[in-house]
Amino acid sequence: MTNRERDEVSGTETTGHEWDGLKELDTPLPRWWLFIFYATIVAAIIYWVLMPAWPIGNGYTKGILGWSDRANVAADVQGLRSARAPMFERLATATSTDIAGDPELQQFARAAGASVFGDYCATCHGAGGAGAPGFPVLADDVWIWGGAMSDIERTLQVGIRSDHPDTRMSLMPAFGSGILSAQQIGDVTEYVISISAANNRLEANTIAAGRGAAVYQEQCGVCHGATGAGDRTLGAPSLVDDVWLYGGSRAEIRRQIELGRGGVMPAWGERFDAGTLRALAYYVHDLGGGEADAPPPAPAAAPVEPSQTTPAPLR
Amino acid sequence: MSKVTLIPKPAAQNGELAVDAAPVNSKSYRELYKKREQIYPKLAHGVFRNLKWAAMIVLLAIYYVTPWLRWDRGAGRVDQAVLVDFEHSRFYFFFIELWPQEVYYITGLLILGAFGIFLSSAMFGRVWCGYACPQTVWTDLFIYVERLFEGDRNARMRLDKAPLSLEKVGRKAGKHIVWLMIAAATGGAWVFYFADAPTLFRELFTGTASTSAYLFVGILTFTTYALAGTMREQVCTYMCPWPRIQAAMIDKDALSVTYRADRGEPRSPHKKNDTWEGRGDCIDCHQCVAVCPQGIDIRDGDQLECINCALCIDACDAVMDKVGRPRGLIAYDSYANQQRRQSGQHASYRLIRPRTIIYGVLLAIVGAVMLYGLSTRDTLDLNVIRDRSPPFVRLADGSIRNDYVVKIMNMTDRPRQVAITIAGLTAARLQAPNVSAEGEIVVTAQADRVSAVRLHVIAPNTLSSGSHDLTFTLRDVETGDLAASPSAFLAGGEQ
Ligand code: SF4
Ligand code: SF4
Repeated sequence: MTNRERDEVSGTETTGHEWDGLKELDTPLPRWWLFIFYATIVAAIIYWVLMPAWPIGNGYTKGILGWSDRANVAADVQGLRSARAPMFERLATATSTDIAGDPELQQFARAAGASVFGDYCATCHGAGGAGAPGFPVLADDVWIWGGAMSDIERTLQVGIRSDHPDTRMSLMPAFGSGILSAQQIGDVTEYVISISAANNRLEANTIAAGRGAAVYQEQCGVCHGATGAGDRTLGAPSLVDDVWLYGGSRAEIRRQIELGRGGVMPAWGERFDAGTLRALAYYVHDLGGGEADAPPPAPAAAPVEPSQTTPAPLR
Repeated sequence: MSKVTLIPKPAAQNGELAVDAAPVNSKSYRELYKKREQIYPKLAHGVFRNLKWAAMIVLLAIYYVTPWLRWDRGAGRVDQAVLVDFEHSRFYFFFIELWPQEVYYITGLLILGAFGIFLSSAMFGRVWCGYACPQTVWTDLFIYVERLFEGDRNARMRLDKAPLSLEKVGRKAGKHIVWLMIAAATGGAWVFYFADAPTLFRELFTGTASTSAYLFVGILTFTTYALAGTMREQVCTYMCPWPRIQAAMIDKDALSVTYRADRGEPRSPHKKNDTWEGRGDCIDCHQCVAVCPQGIDIRDGDQLECINCALCIDACDAVMDKVGRPRGLIAYDSYANQQRRQSGQHASYRLIRPRTIIYGVLLAIVGAVMLYGLSTRDTLDLNVIRDRSPPFVRLADGSIRNDYVVKIMNMTDRPRQVAITIAGLTAARLQAPNVSAEGEIVVTAQADRVSAVRLHVIAPNTLSSGSHDLTFTLRDVETGDLAASPSAFLAGGEQ
């Protein structure tokens, strides 16, 4: 050891540094601390050898254990898939009553449906099927193409105005582009308000509505029905409730008559297997407004709102 | 480094009573960058040594045996008396079964533990350190094993100095093997608290237990071996925070192991038939140093290193008996008493003082609150989660629907039929296929489980917009047990 200065009081060497007469003691590190420090160095070197550690060019040192997070995740995902496969198989052939009657299957369908819905559907329909202008609310009891689970699944399979050959297809003409005059459109708007539950808050102009009635029967009644109850087989929405796909203000209703907008829903039948599709249909059906499946030999269709949960609104 | 001069050996003048023991950890010996000096605690005999043996046996028995105790909770239920079941989020303690939301009982237990140790410290100083701390108990056990293989203090010192021989290797190897076995048993017993002990025991030996089980056995084997076998007093002196906190816990009336300097000094060796006039009772025999597991000299006064194991009391009492002086030169005593005696007053023990009364009362209060909580613990509870998206749904007829998930906690071991009702909003009603005329929905709550039910509540469009209070109530159809949870019903304006 070189001839270092020693502090008299503590007997410890100093570092030789001095500030305004204060000298710094060179107090040695505690041994346990030092040993742990050395141990961490050894551990780091072992780690370099065993695990991926150093970047080199485009790659990196792989380590002799061959650890790969990417491969592990892939294996985990695969493991999960095969673990869930039996449940999806059961789902694929289950009816809505089967699912509702089997708590385990129901929980699975809800969870699987919620997760797929969150990934693919919520972008347009909103979380929980909350809807947005132009994208129907799925949590309510108003359905354009039908709210039985089989209807919902069919819609999922073929989409709406999609590129699927059997897609659900309805077309509302843009009445503003030369079919009807501005005056006629205004009259029809008043008539539509007058037959709907929106009349309570918008109060239709009865004179204009009276003029609009004739135009309605001529142009709109074919699809939306004489009473405005809509027709699910054609995908014509009901006009009597107070739920509006493109907004329920007077201006918004008029604008839809002028433009005749219709959104596109992709066909998901090719994307998902049967079990996933059923889970998704169950989830949407279960959001709150799902309807019972119609008994197979359907009698002559009556022009009423076939809502299971709430009676149709009538003026 | 300069060599510290050892205290002159008094052995020659004291006959067989004296030992050549240096308090290697005392302040006068300690240097900063000094290697640890091995301590060879001598076996003490006496009241406190026996007390420590008893404490050791009882505490170790509790630790090793508890996971094996069974407790009948009904068919198909966990039958381990004490179990921390992480997988199913349950804590079992004999008749108590806690769910995750009841962790406050664990908090209560920690508070009880804290006040308990405060109270014991205020009364008897570091009794926890001296008798009950796992570090003390296992170190004591390891020293016992060491003594079995290598003999008492002198024999051990001789063995360590002796050149390598077959006997030395044999003794040392035997000691380390037994240490490792104890350490493994300690680690093994630890994991039994977290899984069914008989099952895990079988799995551990057939190689089918989980990796984490082996990992924890390994970790605890290592720590037990290292802390109790090789580190010993260093844990108390350097690693444990308690000795530092301790200073705040005791006051001048707290009892702690004390060398009564007023009686012992001036110390000097004493030969048979020498007079006791004009001298203290301490014959400077160093027996108290020889037995000390912490390597200190109690005659230096209160020290951070001293764990109050009271072995030096036993050692000195034996010496006093032999030289014919009264026992208690080293004894549980308080700082106040030392001062009283020095000023000619009578010594008096004041275990009951404001501080200990407050600790005691707090202990009793916390204990009573916990007991009350446990004995009147609800076995039925619910949690209502209102759907946030959509915040509300307007239906075709203009009415408004809110959706809820009601989580029903059935903390009993049988399924129960519970009726769900809502109250607080007259216009609202539950909507479901099975809702009764009274507006109730009856569901089955699975035994010992949380069951979730999705519910819809509908209110007419005449309801003013904004948030309305709504209460969900659960009623056990059989027993009439009730539980309620407040929630809200949101009626928006335009959607
Ligand atoms: S205090 Fe007791 S044991 Fe310690 S040296 Fe003095 S006489 Fe011996
Ligand atoms: S000084 Fe006495 S009480 Fe303190 S640790 Fe040593 S033997 Fe135990």
